[in-house]
This record gives sequence, C-alpha cells and structure tokens, in this order.
Amino acid sequence: MDALRPRLRFSGDTLLLVEFGDRIDPAINRQAVRVAAAIGRAQLAGVRDIVPAYTTVGIHFDPLQTDLEAVERTIVEAVTALDQTTEPAPRVVEIPVCYGGAHGPDLDEVARWAGLTAEEVVQRHVERTYRVYMLGFVPGFAYMARVDPVIAVPRHRTPRERVAAGAVGIAGEQTGVYPMAAPGGWHVIGRTPLRMFTPGAALPSRCMPGDEVRFVRLSSAEFAERALAIDGIGVAR
Amino acid sequence: MTGVIIARPGLLSTVQDLGRWGSQAVGMPVAGPMDVYAHRLANLLVGNPPSLATIEATLIGPELIFERGSVVAITGADFDVTLDGAAVPHTASFRVREGQHLRFGRRRLGTRAYIGVAGGFETPIVAGSRATSLVAHLGGHEGRALQAGDRLPLGVPVEGPVRHRRGAGLTLATGTTILRVMAGPQEEWFGPAALDILRHGVFRVSPRSNRMGYRLEGASIPRSTGEEPISEPVPMGAIQVPPAGDPILLMADRQTAGGYPKIATVISADLPLAGQLAPGDLVGLRICTRHEALTALIARERQVLHVTDTGPLP
Repeated sequence: MDALRPRLRFSGDTLLLVEFGDRIDPAINRQAVRVAAAIGRAQLAGVRDIVPAYTTVGIHFDPLQTDLEAVERTIVEAVTALDQTTEPAPRVVEIPVCYGGAHGPDLDEVARWAGLTAEEVVQRHVERTYRVYMLGFVPGFAYMARVDPVIAVPRHRTPRERVAAGAVGIAGEQTGVYPMAAPGGWHVIGRTPLRMFTPGAALPSRCMPGDEVRFVRLSSAEFAERALAIDGIGVAR
Repeated sequence: MTGVIIARPGLLSTVQDLGRWGSQAVGMPVAGPMDVYAHRLANLLVGNPPSLATIEATLIGPELIFERGSVVAITGADFDVTLDGAAVPHTASFRVREGQHLRFGRRRLGTRAYIGVAGGFETPIVAGSRATSLVAHLGGHEGRALQAGDRLPLGVPVEGPVRHRRGAGLTLATGTTILRVMAGPQEEWFGPAALDILRHGVFRVSPRSNRMGYRLEGASIPRSTGEEPISEPVPMGAIQVPPAGDPILLMADRQTAGGYPKIATVISADLPLAGQLAPGDLVGLRICTRHEALTALIARERQVLHVTDTGPLP
C-alpha cells in the first residue's frame, strides 16, 4: 500500500476507515496518529469521533450532517502534510511497576514458559521502550509493543474473571496496564500504583497513542506508598 | 431538588442520552440507547432537546414515584403502563402529579422502552455524557443499572406550557425482523458462500446477548482464512465473525475497537429495529448499498420523528 494514498473503506453508513497499512509497524501507526490529530483540528461538521488504531483511523460520522467529500479532502491534505512537517518527538511516560509476588501472580509461569528466572523476565521487560499503538478494551487501556519475543507469552487459555486495576500484563508481543479491574487473559507480571485513567479529566488517560513508555522497578513498600498518593490507585489490594 | 424515586428497577433499566462521543481515542465506549429513535422521540414528545437523558427499560419495566409534577412520554417497546392504576397512552405526552406512581406492566411488543421526562434526568455528566456505560462502570446513576431506592434528579423543563403530542414511532415486526446491512468492511475474509448464507439465513438472537452485542445462532459463516485482522475501530451495527463462525452483532455498549473480521454492518436506519430485539427473536439480513442506506435513513427520520401536536395538555 502506498503510504501517501491510504485506502478508504466504509463500515456501514456511519464509520469511515482510513487504512495506512496491513501490519503492526511504528511508521504506519505514526501516520494514523498524526492524521487523526489533523482531522480533529479541522472540526468537520457531522464528525462525531476520530479514533486512531494500529494501522487505521476511524472517523465516526452522522450520515445526515456530514459532507464526505470535505472529509476526504481533509484526509488527503493531512496525509500530504505528513511529508512536509517534521516528526514531533514522542512523549515519554514512565510507569513504575512492582513485579512478582501478589502483584504479579503470573511472573513465575512466564519464567517457566520462557526458560528464564523471574528476575530475567523482569529484566527483559524493563529494558525495552514500548510504543503506545492504540487505546481500547476499557477506557485508558494502552496496547503497547513490542515485547522481547523470549518473554512474549500468549494469553491464558481461560481468562481470569478479575484482573486488578494497575495490573501489568503480557499478551504475545504486546504489553499493557489494566486501568481498572476487568476480566482479562493477559499474563500479569506486576502492578503499577499509578492511576492510569481519570474520567472527566482534561487528559483522562496517562498514555496516549504515539507515546513511548518505559517501565521502572518498584519495591512493594514503595508500591504501597505510591498507591495512596493523589495520583495513585488507592487501596493496594 | 426533587426528582424521581425508583420503587422497582425492572430487569435492566439505565439512564441514557445520545452517547459518550468524542472519547473513543482513549478507549471510552460510546454507550447510549439501543434504540436511539425511541430515545429521541421520548424527548421530542415532552419538549426536550434530543440530548437530554431518558431511562431505557428492558423486558420488565420499572416502577417510578414522582416527587414533583411533570410531563412524561413512553416510547419504544409497547408495555401496559399505569399511573396510579389508570392506563396511560403509549408514544404520547401525559401529565404526572406529585406523588404519583408510574408502573410498567405486561409487555406486548418490543424489548426496550424509553421514559422521557420534561427537563430530563439530571444525573452527573461524565466525559461529556450522562449515558450509563455498564462496561466502563461510569455515567448514568453511579455507572450501573438502576436499583430500588435510587433517586434521580430532574432538570428544569426547557419548554413553557407543555403540549399534548402524539407520535407514530417505529413499526415492530412480530415474526422475523429484517435488518438491512452494507457488506464489509472485511467481506474478502470470507468464502464465496458466506454472503449467501448471510442473505438467506435466519438467525436467532442467543441468550448470551446483552447491550454490548447479540450472538446470532442458526447459520455459521465460513471464513476463508485462519488469520485475524489487526484491531480497528468498530461502529454499532458491525457484524463480526469469530473463528467458530457464529456472528456477533455489536450494539450500544460495544468496545471502541475489535479484532474479528466484519462481514457486514447494519445500516443506521435499521439499528432501532435491532435495538428492539431480545433473546429468542429471529433475524434476517438483506444487503443494500450506501445510497440505499442514506435514503432509508431519511425515510426513518420522517417516519419515527413525526409528531402531531393537539394543543396544550390539560
């Protein structure tokens, strides 16, 4: 696919998908994130929501209020402008994590799967920087990649009924943080004391598509202390 | 502030408005009514703008006690409803006085009724909306379905002297409900027979269905590839097909993005018909073009939002 000529597809009569590629790739995702921002700035009549994802931008629109030709012109302009503007430096987000023990119930299982010690799994998780490709599943849940293939354990065969708020998990080459308690199939190796999502705040999500994330180790004593801070998850259960 | 007390909640009653649009980029589900036309009509009949909050009741309706007088309209599914024991009309505005009990009884047709009140239900606005998201546990009343003893504040009516209005509403089918769909966006992921199965199959809404989506049983749709597409944004009405082949129709509480291929998408003119389905109901699908979808939507607006005004309410 030509990067400068994204493919346009309709999903029904209320969603236009702008597709920049067919693989998970930072360059493709960067285009989606930047074009989504440019379409947002255009404030087009009838457009209800603009959603960047791994390789696509979804434009939700009211079919009775939207000039689709204007939308397509805006997409073309935004894509053309990508070439002429310099790439802004990504925002770097640091997420402290207490690995293993009660906070990371699956760490030992991941270590056995990988043929490593638990310590080595943690080492491999913290030494990479991850890109936030998209948010979904529950509010504020950031899909990040890529996890070191040696520790890229697939999802549990049967999902847990409840994964705690702040849980840090691995699903294949993706890693992510559960912003709220939810059912989930990711292998949980640790937990952050930080609140990841605050509904109604000006910037409700700590992570946004395009951000770079680094995980840093935290002791369980530090975890307990930070969980009770103003931006913490509260009671550290 | 006075409001409405929930004496009995019914099976699943939630506060809904037009949905939490504009925050899907952070993974926030839209929520909103399953039958947006019934919601809009309930507001229209009581003189509200369409954005105000109504109560969506499901299969078994609630009982409400009004702490102050107001004007009410009930739309959508057809229930026997009484006010202090006296029958009230469906799809029409009527007056409620302080202390009166509004009670839902037997359901005749449809699944979801909407209760509109002049001024709307003024639950707190969260991320720009009052819609209850049962998935994200926010919006509406404490982010959950209504329970006995809940108290919902009422807003100040927008309109002065309230009018007696009557609407037509949606015509609901008693047999198989036909929903029109546009093919795609991933019809190429399916074998050549798949669209024929979609067109000619009769599906039954599974008991494992809820506000997030309906599982459709009865005709499995074969995929031509074992691969999974990369997660992408999804609209209400998308029909996704997991590997097992039983399609899932995504509804109001859908997630913002999905990773199963979508063979077709229900057009917005027919989404209110889908919103009136319950487990056990039968569904047939017909493929149409985007142009036909737009024509159908204009016709739906005229049909459902047509209201007759017969003067001031007594």
